[in-house]
Amino acid sequence: MPVTKYVITSPESNVLPSDIAMKIYGSKYDVTVKETCFGVVINGEEDVINALIKEIRALDPAGIFFKDRGFPPGDPRRCRGRRGGGARPGFYMIESESKMLPMISRALASEGGVSEIPEKKKPLAIKRLEEIIKEDLS
Amino acid sequence: MAKVIVYPPTSMILSDLVDRMGHKALVVPEAVRKLVTANEIDSPPLNVTPEEPKKGLRYAAVDVPSGVRGRMSLIGPIIEEAEAAIIVEDPGWLTGCAGCSRTNELVRLLIRTKGIPVLDLSYPTNDPEARAFVQKIKTFLEALK
Repeated sequence: MPVTKYVITSPESNVLPSDIAMKIYGSKYDVTVKETCFGVVINGEEDVINALIKEIRALDPAGIFFKDRGFPPGDPRRCRGRRGGGARPGFYMIESESKMLPMISRALASEGGVSEIPEKKKPLAIKRLEEIIKEDLS
Repeated sequence: MAKVIVYPPTSMILSDLVDRMGHKALVVPEAVRKLVTANEIDSPPLNVTPEEPKKGLRYAAVDVPSGVRGRMSLIGPIIEEAEAAIIVEDPGWLTGCAGCSRTNELVRLLIRTKGIPVLDLSYPTNDPEARAFVQKIKTFLEALK
């Protein structure tokens, strides 16, 4: 059964979507490729796609991410060219997570241990707030 | 190789990290693919038929909105298949099939009551948190082998 995957590059990665597309064009694999602003969409048989994923990941192991997609590339039910423009419904999730990718890439690339995380500031306890109000008003 | 359900069920970061560590990430797009690429499209364009909310009755009562039951017809079977789970609480932005708060509550409840190993996390906001985030997922997934 054919599967479709997004290949998404971290904004800090040196690999461009066009590099990935060219790599696939030059490969032996029989897959459909569509280049987008954030990466590429690839479609093909599952075992072919899995082999291709390994090769693409090797370009930048910490900076290239993969995501499953339900619809094939250019599907008129999702393609914005056929729907009158606007972002594809699933794009907002990718856009939100893409902002986090540089941090995740750096974390994957770093081999060191995890340093201690400072505790986040907690909101003022209601009891303490009541005490402050009483002190100020009395 | 364990089957790991991720929440949000459309998360790129979580599904990629699970696949990277040699496990199978269970995600909604796979369920969507089965519907939209089926040879017989009974209800174009998305092939969501009245049967879908009926399948959702297994997870939610009949008086629950059909949107919840329709979503559960996709996510419910994934939860049944799962052997472990990674849950990121309160991502702050959920859209599309992950954009229904009542469905999300039900999904989290079903995952927790299933009795499978669950890793609870929150999305990182800085580099030390990102390192801890990746490390926790790595440790959790290594323990599943």
